Amino acid sequence: MMNSALLIILVFWILAIFLGIMSVKGKDMNLEQWTVGGRGFGSMLVFLLMAGEIYTTFSFLGGSGWAYGKGAPALYVLIYISLSYVLSYWLLPVIWKYAKENNLMSQSDFFVSKYKSPYLGVLVALVGVIAIIPVIVVQLKGLGIIVSEASYGVISMPIAIWMGAISLTIYVMISGIRGSAWTAVIKDIMMVVVIGFLGIYLPLHYYGGLQPMFEAIHTAKPGFLKLPEQGLSVSWFISTVILLVLGFYMWPQVFSSVYTAKSGKVFRRNAIISPLYTLMLLFVFFVGFAAILKVPGLEGGDVDLALLRISIETFNPWFIGLIGGAGLLTALVPGSMLLMSGATLLAKNVYKPFVPSATEHSIGQLAKYLVPVIALISVYFTLNGGDTLATLILMGYSLMTQLFPALLFSFMRNNFVNKYGATAGIICGIATVAYITISESTIGTLFPSLPQAAKDLNVGIIALLINFLVTIIVSLIVRKFTTSYKLAAK
Amino acid sequence: MKIIYILSIVPFIGILGFLPLVNRVEPFVLGMPFNIFWMAMWTVLTSVILGIMYKLDPRNQEGDE
Repeated sequence: MMNSALLIILVFWILAIFLGIMSVKGKDMNLEQWTVGGRGFGSMLVFLLMAGEIYTTFSFLGGSGWAYGKGAPALYVLIYISLSYVLSYWLLPVIWKYAKENNLMSQSDFFVSKYKSPYLGVLVALVGVIAIIPVIVVQLKGLGIIVSEASYGVISMPIAIWMGAISLTIYVMISGIRGSAWTAVIKDIMMVVVIGFLGIYLPLHYYGGLQPMFEAIHTAKPGFLKLPEQGLSVSWFISTVILLVLGFYMWPQVFSSVYTAKSGKVFRRNAIISPLYTLMLLFVFFVGFAAILKVPGLEGGDVDLALLRISIETFNPWFIGLIGGAGLLTALVPGSMLLMSGATLLAKNVYKPFVPSATEHSIGQLAKYLVPVIALISVYFTLNGGDTLATLILMGYSLMTQLFPALLFSFMRNNFVNKYGATAGIICGIATVAYITISESTIGTLFPSLPQAAKDLNVGIIALLINFLVTIIVSLIVRKFTTSYKLAAK
Repeated sequence: MKIIYILSIVPFIGILGFLPLVNRVEPFVLGMPFNIFWMAMWTVLTSVILGIMYKLDPRNQEGDE
């Protein structure tokens, strides 16, 4: 009985690799093809590529896990993604246009070009790579959970993780972003079907409908379906959503998928349908809610098992295989995008500035060889990371948000912020994030006398404020200094 | 141009601005607790608003830029 589930997962795995190889047939895979698909993708592929990064194993397992473990606060995932599309309407066409005009390949290139500073580019690239690794770790861990659960324990977690990392590496080295885009097509069809079905069927099957399910939870755990008065409260929700919206498009792999588009209009058009598509997450939450009273007792990191556990209790192995196959693809698409962006950043924006003589071809080669290196580092943290995983992920998000001020100012017609200000701002923001993460500070611990609503604000706001202030002040000081220097020279 | 700037703020106000008022379980709407229904409704409205913005935005009348 265990074999039918595993067999179906295996079929999906082979299908994904087959698609990856087919997608590059007849294409000369230089760096531009490999990392931004030759800038020729239309609405549909860009849409799926960007959705592919949003519906990761984190939203699949983690979204239902949050609904299961924390209740109403889980909705923040749905809201920050929907609201991010409003930002995308304005932001992405501008980024795309600038990238196209200047032939940019990576996120770091954008900052290099705007601020005329390769070393700012090195900083941005390193921040990106550091933030990316925890997200790869989460994909690998998710992959491990899915394969080991769906194989009914036959394949252990570590073996599943190694298998995942190796196939991911080969996949990325061969196919680049084209493989990700084509795999995203079957992945999203699978996800919509599987999640839609689970989200409707499970509440019906176990409770007789949505409302009876929520009423049962409301009776068993009063207060669970509301944002609490303290902790994950209304002010936590609002501040977290705003921070995540600002950080949403700062990820290097998101920049890569923006660059793949063949026109800027693609993003404005995609923005319309995207919030509706995000509504799929509602069904993910329904699964998590349905599991609360049916598979009780999962705690800590185990809440992420809620979706798979309730499915295993409910369905035949072949259907578990389908869920596992969908889950495998949700790890593969973003995982490959992340690996590729990380490798491109290291080769093009960290190595190249120090070895200016390197040719485009050798940079492309180096990027490919860096893929297994990043994969190995990620496997190490996946197997040894333990509890620090959640901390690392949150730190990753906070780190990426630190690029927002420099990006925002770069769009101003008369940008007074210079490379010194941008660099100092980013460094101070990052240092604050590191301090906050390591000391496990909250606004409540830093400022104990504040009212509760202020204490619950997301602590990332402090790092962002410091970043903004330092960026502005340093820019103004340097400008004043250089103008008076020039005057004196005359 | 001006109206579409204002339109892009509307979803933020609708969801985040009203949150303190709508953070309640009852009444259930479409089988969902009121707060979850409110957020789901605004997710749909966000799509609608972006659609209106797209129609009003002169940049989309031209060919691919």
